[in-house]
Formats: sequence, C-alpha cells, structure tokens
Amino acid sequence: MSHSNRERGILRYRWWTRLNHWTVAISFVLLVLSGLALFHPFFWSLTGLFGGPIMTRAWHPFIGVFMTLFFVLLAIPLFKDSLIKRYDIQWLKQINDVLSNRDERLPPVGKNNAGQKLVYWIMLGCVPILLVTGIIIWRPYFAEGMPIWLLRFSVMVHAYTAFLAIITLVIHIYSGIWVKGSIRAMVQGRVSKAWAKHHHSLWYDEVMKERKQQPAAKDDSSARPQ
Amino acid sequence: MRGDQINLQNIVARSATTEPSPQVRHGGVEEVTKLIDVSRCIGCKACQVACSEWNDLRDDVGECVGVYDNPMDLTPETWEVMRFNEYEDEQGNLEWLIRKDNCMHCEEPGCLEACPAPGAIVKYANGIVDFNSEHCIGCGYCVAGCPFDIPRISKKDEKAYKCTLCSDRVFHGLEPACVKSCPTGSIMFGTREDMHELAAARTDFLKGRGYEKAGIYDPAGVGGTHVIYVLQHADKPEIYGGLPEDPRISPMVDAWKGVTKPLMSAAIGLAALSGFFHYATKGPKEEPEDDPDEEKASEAREEDK
Repeated sequence: MSHSNRERGILRYRWWTRLNHWTVAISFVLLVLSGLALFHPFFWSLTGLFGGPIMTRAWHPFIGVFMTLFFVLLAIPLFKDSLIKRYDIQWLKQINDVLSNRDERLPPVGKNNAGQKLVYWIMLGCVPILLVTGIIIWRPYFAEGMPIWLLRFSVMVHAYTAFLAIITLVIHIYSGIWVKGSIRAMVQGRVSKAWAKHHHSLWYDEVMKERKQQPAAKDDSSARPQ
Repeated sequence: MRGDQINLQNIVARSATTEPSPQVRHGGVEEVTKLIDVSRCIGCKACQVACSEWNDLRDDVGECVGVYDNPMDLTPETWEVMRFNEYEDEQGNLEWLIRKDNCMHCEEPGCLEACPAPGAIVKYANGIVDFNSEHCIGCGYCVAGCPFDIPRISKKDEKAYKCTLCSDRVFHGLEPACVKSCPTGSIMFGTREDMHELAAARTDFLKGRGYEKAGIYDPAGVGGTHVIYVLQHADKPEIYGGLPEDPRISPMVDAWKGVTKPLMSAAIGLAALSGFFHYATKGPKEEPEDDPDEEKASEAREEDK
C-alpha cells in the first residue's frame, strides 16, 4: 500500500483553473451534443436532450457564447505553459513510444506535454472561429443582415471547425481516461510526486527547487484548500 | 391531372432523411410546371394580391420609394413580388421587363439539401417543393441552401416561408392562385410537358417578332425547375431583376452537406472507438508507484503532510 494516492501531492491545477476547465468542459459537451443533432440526421434524436429541436437550435448559440467567456478565462493563465519547446518536438516524434506506454524512453517535459499543448492551441484556434461564424449564422439575431455568400461560408467553416474541435475533444477525454491520475488532478487539483516526476519531470524539478528555496511558502500552499 | 392528390406516399424527397422515400407508386403522377411568360406580363400585381388572398397573408403596408416594386423584396408574408426593370436594348429602345419572382421549385432543391430538420422540407412526386412548418426549427439553413434567395424567416414565429405553388390547391385539381388571377395569360399552369410546349410556341412567336435571343429559362444546374420563364432576352437572365444565369447549389453548401457530412460523423465515432481499442490493447498509463524504497517513500509522505 505504497500507492501515491496516500500522498497529498503537488498542486497542479488551482481552483480557478479547475472551475473554468469544468465550466468549459460541460458547456463544450452540451455544444457538441446540440451541434451534432443539427449536423447529421443520425444524431437528430439528441435534440430530445434539450427539450426538442427548436430549443436545441435556440440554446446552442447561447451556450456557445457562455463557453467562450470561460474559455478565455481558462486560456489566458495557461498561455505560458503551452508554448511549444524543443523537447516537445522530440516528444511528438516519439509519439509511438507515448502510445505504447514506453514512457521511460521519452524526453523529460515541462508542466504540459506536447499533446496537451496541441489541445490548447487547436482549441485556441477553433473557439474564436466557431464564435465568429456562429454569430454570423445566429438566428433570429444576426443572420438576417448577412449576405448569403457569407452565410454559406460561415455555416461550412463552422461545421469543419467543429469537426476538428470534436476530434480534439475525443482525444483529450480519452487521454484523461488513459493517463491515470490526470482526471484526479483536474478534479481535486493535486498529483503525487511520483506522478509529477514520471510524467512531467522538468516541472517536478522546478517545483522541488522552489520548495527548497521557500520552505515557508510550501506550508502556505498546502495548508489552504486550493 | 392525375395523381396529384394529398398523399404522403407522394413525398419523393424529404429533408434530413437518410432512409429512402416511398418507392412503390410511380408513373401515375405527372410533374407540374408553372410557366411565367415575362413578355405578356403587364405588371398589374393581381397575382400578388391573389397569393396573399389565397394563402391568408397580410403583409405590413410598406412605403413607396418611388418605383413600382412594392414590396421591394420577398418577405415571410409576401411569397411573390413583381420585379420591374428598365432595360435599354441594342437599338436603344427602352424595354420594361417585369418578372414575377417566387420559389422556382427546383428539381434538386438547395433548401432541402441544407435543411437539418427531418421532413421540414419535402418534395412531392408532382415536383412541388413544400415547407412543412410543423417541423421547421427556424435555423435558416434553407436560406443558405437556396440558389435563388427565396426563403424568408418570420420574426413572428421564427419559421421559414416561401411560395408553396399552392400545393393545397393543386392537390385538389385547381391551378395556383396567381395563375387563376392573371388577366393576360402570362402565368400558365399544367404538366411539365404541356408547359414546355407552350413555352416553345411563345419563344418562336417572340423570335418572329424580332427577339432573336428569346428563350426558356429552366436552369439545368438545379435539375430544371417547376417554375419556368419565357424571356425575351434569355441570354441575359440577370437583367430580369438579377435572375441567376447558371444557378446551382453552391459548392460551399455541397462541401458542408455532401459526402463530408456522413464521413465526419463516422470519423467522430471511429475516434472514440479507437480510443477504446487502444485502452484494451495497450492499457492505461497507471499511476506510478512511490519510491520502492519504503523508507524514502514514507519520508516523502512525511514531507508532504
């Protein structure tokens, strides 16, 4: 029974990040469900989840705007940790080792690995595109004044961008299930030292270095719920 | 005309529906067509009034902006408008071209292709394209899909509206209200074959009168339309209030609604499935154990408290 769960661990996501992440996550899933319902008749029955087809059409854009607001709050603090570094490229080149769980062969990475960074950048690209094209085709508020070519263009771009975002979401969710400890990190905020060392050793080293320099600060950060 | 009665088995195409439409009945239903002979139109707007009358539409009274067009455009409660155009021909003669603009009832309707609501747009065996407001969700995709800029979304109920070709009248063996009201015979209604014959005769007549480029407007890009025009200048349809020269469903609508739609849906399902199979074959990345050295591990826990 030396499992890491017994450790209180290192704070990986503070409450602000967790709150925003899950607000975005829930909104995003609702957007996917309502959006797919209007995308292909195969998914039409999903309109039942939203109180009918007209409700689905009416709610979807409001959820979208709501999500965008929280996405901005989520994305700004994550910006610095998402910049692509040299070792991220190496990590990506070894994606086969990643997928085959040969973690010992991988280069040490920082707080986020290249996969997480890609999710960040893809979503950072997709969300503004979805927002703008979505507003253009939003009835009854905005679409009325738009030229038809722009409606056609926006509705097409909206579909393709949403497709990319949904695929990214599927991979993102699966990664959470696949890498044990990561869902706990996003729900409860903390990871074990062993986990941090194993998956994000450069970040682990950094955290340890800070702890040694300011032993007082460490007590502060672990005493209060974060 | 036979076979034009109300019958759900005569719905031959249905929006957002992957299952085939009823197939058994065939051959008995003749396709209908409305022929609008622009050369005979005097712009009296009797058809506009008849349309409002029959369809129980009372659009808001608009404002006169100094031209004959009134209202200036189609609205959710005006399903047809006369478009007045002054055209100077090669000889410098002024021609007053008046075109009755309404839904063209395409053989391959862009609205029906774009619509996401199952059964909100249907095409009957006789060729009429109808909006079933019962199923309409007001998304406006039909507006993006239509190559002729016809559907309008009502602010009252957020539903799409357009000319029905008086499907209710036609089902009972009557001609559309606009046809009935036309005092000059500019609007005719009948089987597709008959209307093409009549249109050809009118085109010949116009050619005999010096309109060398007279012709029939029945654009092939949308598979032909169930509303066709006889135009004095068929080589320049755009002079008739912007009638598109070669209308077709926009490539952007095809890119959005064509094969990519099922392909993308399948890709999303496959992505989820491959995640599951990856998990089943490669397994998860388990939580790493603490230091195997019991002493060090307990030290770490101690430090962590």
